[in-house]
Amino acid sequence: MSEDIVFWVLAVLAVAAGVMVFRFDSMARATYALLLSLLCVGGEVLLLGLDYLGVVIVLMMTLEMAIMAVFMVMYMMNPAGLMPMSMLHNKKGAAVICVSVFAALASGVLLARWPARRGGPPTDPTMSLGMSLMGPQMLTMVTLGMALFATIVSTVVLATRRGRYDRFGDDLRTRPADDPVPGGGGR
Amino acid sequence: MSEAVPPWAVVILPIALVSVAVVTVGFDAVLSAAAVRGRPGSLRELGFRAAAPLREVLRLLVQPSRRTTAADTALGRIGVVLVPVAAVLAGAVLPLGFRSLSDPTVGIVWFNAMEALAWAAVWLTGWGPNSALSLIGGYRFLAQGLAYELPHMFAITTAALGAESLQVGEVVAAQDGLWFAVWMPVAFFVYLLSAMAMSFWGPFGHPLGRDAAGGAAMELSGVDRLVFLGGRWLLMVVTAGVSVPLFLGGGHGPLLPAWAWTLVKTALVLAALVAGRRLLPTLRMERYTEFAWLVLVPATLLQALVVAVVVLNR
Amino acid sequence: MSLDLLLLLAAALFSIGLFGALTQQSIVMLMMGLELMLGGIIVGASAIWHYITPDTADGQVLVVLAVTVMAVEMAVGFAVVTALFRTREVDMTDMAAELRE
Repeated sequence: MSEDIVFWVLAVLAVAAGVMVFRFDSMARATYALLLSLLCVGGEVLLLGLDYLGVVIVLMMTLEMAIMAVFMVMYMMNPAGLMPMSMLHNKKGAAVICVSVFAALASGVLLARWPARRGGPPTDPTMSLGMSLMGPQMLTMVTLGMALFATIVSTVVLATRRGRYDRFGDDLRTRPADDPVPGGGGR
Repeated sequence: MSEAVPPWAVVILPIALVSVAVVTVGFDAVLSAAAVRGRPGSLRELGFRAAAPLREVLRLLVQPSRRTTAADTALGRIGVVLVPVAAVLAGAVLPLGFRSLSDPTVGIVWFNAMEALAWAAVWLTGWGPNSALSLIGGYRFLAQGLAYELPHMFAITTAALGAESLQVGEVVAAQDGLWFAVWMPVAFFVYLLSAMAMSFWGPFGHPLGRDAAGGAAMELSGVDRLVFLGGRWLLMVVTAGVSVPLFLGGGHGPLLPAWAWTLVKTALVLAALVAGRRLLPTLRMERYTEFAWLVLVPATLLQALVVAVVVLNR
Repeated sequence: MSLDLLLLLAAALFSIGLFGALTQQSIVMLMMGLELMLGGIIVGASAIWHYITPDTADGQVLVVLAVTVMAVEMAVGFAVVTALFRTREVDMTDMAAELRE
């Protein structure tokens, strides 16, 4: 019973906050509405008995949205939403697409004959996740690791403006480096 | 290892955290006053100086609140309130002796997730009042977060690795003989640094720095200011408190009962942090970031490797 | 709380996210839509794990995958926006599309 109440509160909050993401004028509010929605998602995951993944979602989303807010403020022309304005395009077409996608998904959910539950959850789902990632799902784990590494490299390449020739001069011999803001390492 | 606690412990936890925080603030105030005005002449004067923060609390309670134009009050308030709330939620896994409010199997991740709420809290507090300097304070804390969070995560992961469990109770149980601080000194040191960093206090007080006229807390007044700055002390007490089960053997110790050992160790860690504030200058984040990423991250990774090898050969 | 309800919640989050991703002009807002869609996928995957295959960890692995995709998507997205903005002063999808001409 109490599980049902928690489920409904989280579900309604998640959907409402999700809608508000695209209705708030203020970028800070939109970002933190998204955070609220994703925290509710984390709560639902916790409710389903996945302690580790639920808490990790809460942790990651908090950090991610805190950083996201910086970029939202940086790249939006009206971050505080002090002058209400609309930055939408193709609203009608999108609404049609989304309603039909939801209808298709919902009818699929309701009409499909879902298979019966196989077995029960393990005593420690975290342990079974770890064993799976380090065993049969090792390939997934390795791929994720490589993807994250590629992400780090590509984001730095994309976002940085200054390469080593800017820092160390044409012959790469300038020491210490010519940085606008000196770091703490004294390089 | 952990035992069940009665339901009224939910009420006791915040009260206990606040009391420890008040004592720490008093201690800090006595040291500050001694640095400015010399040694106290009498015991009465010492008490007067120790009570200075309480007088400040009363002042803030009656201070009328100040408003700024076009402030985002709702978000600002959420940020202010989130600081103590995050501290108390993180404190839920904090054991006194061997009893904590809750000892989930992923207690260490829970603690990490709750203290990470401070990222959102400080930025929101800085964003709220629609003031440039206070927003700068908020941004500074995000930069600080990016610098301290990674070594911090590796440090607490190392403790979990040593105990082969994410459960705080198990980590305490694993330190029956040897404290983790003894054979994981790097992780412990990094943890102490990030304890100060995540409560944006002392050498890591740049987000609230004087050069930005008080940074994120600049526009706060009255009760808001009290909740925000008080919450910061609560965060520090909780992070110092969690270092005890993670690295200092929790309630383990001779002669004294377990709860007393927890209190003694927490007090020592807090004293070390207060001393650290006096010994270190305020760090600018562009300096600390490079140090954190080039020195602390590899150091904590090596520490984790050493611990992993030891655990495998046990 | 049942499998149907959880999957409906997942579908709702996914559709809202899709609407945001389709309508928003700003690239950063578009990414918020993508995040919301991935949030829906996380709910769906954990519901399937809980109600159909709790005996294997595959559902959990799918959640890990979704969370990683979220992080990668955000990091690369912001890097692309930063690069676009540096070179062309562009931060809207429509303007980025016009760059072809």
